[in-house]
Amino acid sequence: MPIDWVALIVFVLLFAFITVLGFTAVRWRRGNLDLLHEWGLAGSRFGTIVTWFLLGGDLYTAYTFIAVPALMFGAGALGFFAVPYTVMVYPVVFVVFPRLWSVARSHGYITAADFVRGRHGNRWLALAVAITGMVATMPYIALQLVGIQVVIAALGIESLGLGNDLPLIIAFIILAAFTYTSGLRAPAAIAIVKDILIWITVIVAIVVIPIELGGYGKIFAAVPPAKLLLASPEGNTLGNYSAYATLAFGSALALFLYPHSVTGVLSASNRLAISRNAAFLPAYSLLLALIALLGYMAIAAGVDKVAEYAPLFKEHGANFAVPALILAMFPSWFAGVAFAAIAIGALVPAAIMSIAASNLWTRNIYREFIRPDCTPVQESQMAKIVSLIIKFGALVFVLGLPLQYAIQLQLLGGVWIIQTLPAVIGGLYTRWFHDRALVLGWFAGIAAGTAMAASQSFRPIYPLHIAGWTIPCYAAFASLILNLVVVIGLTPVFNAIRAGRGEDETQAEHYV
Amino acid sequence: MDEKTPGRRPSPLWYLLLVAPFIAMFWVSSYNRVEPAWGGVPFFYWYQLLWIPIGAGLTLIVYFVTQRSDRG
Repeated sequence: MPIDWVALIVFVLLFAFITVLGFTAVRWRRGNLDLLHEWGLAGSRFGTIVTWFLLGGDLYTAYTFIAVPALMFGAGALGFFAVPYTVMVYPVVFVVFPRLWSVARSHGYITAADFVRGRHGNRWLALAVAITGMVATMPYIALQLVGIQVVIAALGIESLGLGNDLPLIIAFIILAAFTYTSGLRAPAAIAIVKDILIWITVIVAIVVIPIELGGYGKIFAAVPPAKLLLASPEGNTLGNYSAYATLAFGSALALFLYPHSVTGVLSASNRLAISRNAAFLPAYSLLLALIALLGYMAIAAGVDKVAEYAPLFKEHGANFAVPALILAMFPSWFAGVAFAAIAIGALVPAAIMSIAASNLWTRNIYREFIRPDCTPVQESQMAKIVSLIIKFGALVFVLGLPLQYAIQLQLLGGVWIIQTLPAVIGGLYTRWFHDRALVLGWFAGIAAGTAMAASQSFRPIYPLHIAGWTIPCYAAFASLILNLVVVIGLTPVFNAIRAGRGEDETQAEHYV
Repeated sequence: MDEKTPGRRPSPLWYLLLVAPFIAMFWVSSYNRVEPAWGGVPFFYWYQLLWIPIGAGLTLIVYFVTQRSDRG
């Protein structure tokens, strides 16, 4: 690819702007950044609107913007599961997460593991939740880099002879520096710019591209009929139907258990901000659905048949579909805007994820097990340093290992994080579950889910065989059911043998 | 806090509205079809898209109904 100077200049200017914004965010709703609560949760000062931008920037990542249309481009209708997924996620958020916010506010919790520690009184269960969160988050950070990598390739920067890695390293140093100095305030401020850029890009794309391609009818007509719908199941199987529904449902349950989601929820200044956002965040779902359709527009535009793009398709696969579509359909300056939106869209969640993971490390491992007597200043200093280490680790991961590993680990991350559901979401409603049963259920779910995914060469769908029927299921969903069966089955056993139970420091009125 | 008469508390049954999106989305065979297409967009796509505003609307309804009584 030859370098596109106009696009590159627009891109660099926008990137420079958010860099300055990231560093000046330290003064926004000023707080004492020597406190973990201020650095890692921005002092919980964000109202409904900032929370909307923050969660939107946090949950709808650059990887989503690249991978969802890529899946539509490659696999067709199955990729549209992102839509029922987001339809199902917000009722869950509306019902469940205001309770987490309230109890966290009452007790100063900053992570889900903090809550598990307080509610179930079992530090090992809290450790399991903390480690699960950290391990599930790290490959997710690595995948954000993929978004930046694809964009850098599309800009043709490699023709400058700097190599592919240098621009990525520069972007990550910027990210690490402003996260270190400004904490959660930086991604929150940048999220506002990022979301505006994404909205502009997508609205222009869904109006302009169909006009150029001759309307939505022509776009769908260009999609091969076999890809247009899910294959109907035949015989004793639920086929793609159960796969599609459980993929959406399992992803919806997992999403808000991720540490970066919890960080976004707990940074809100009031409970109503969470409930309101459960109604307003679906605006982003609409955006995501439209972005998914970009995959079909890329088919209709035939970008994979353009000789100029062939080497990049070869290198990045279907992930290059959206960048290629942008290059083919837009003038250079607007391609620069769109690419900046994607790259900045990678930095926001990467920053929040690294903050969330370092909150977990610092609160639930360092202070709990290593230095219980650490001062608040030491605690926040530890978190800042760990956030650097986590990002550096993600960078090494992406530069040193095949992309496939990051994708497989991110898939496993979803299977793992959902196993914290009984302890976290269950715990928000009941103390009936015995804490030891929760530990064993977590373990059973992790082991079974990992085995299921591994047996399918790390594809998400596992064919369950029940009573002569084959029910293809999202491995996270199937293993969560096993987890719940273990927890519910063993709780009466532990009660019967009078196994010791942890203390509950919360009270019913803390949840409402 | 709880000065309103119990009779004026909204029924928790309102929360059942939030079950609708799950039923609709799990019932894949109801929407895995091309017709009726809308402006060239197959049913599969526009129907699921339509559930995004429906889901948000149901959430808003439950929000307003439960909010009125919850706290002053």
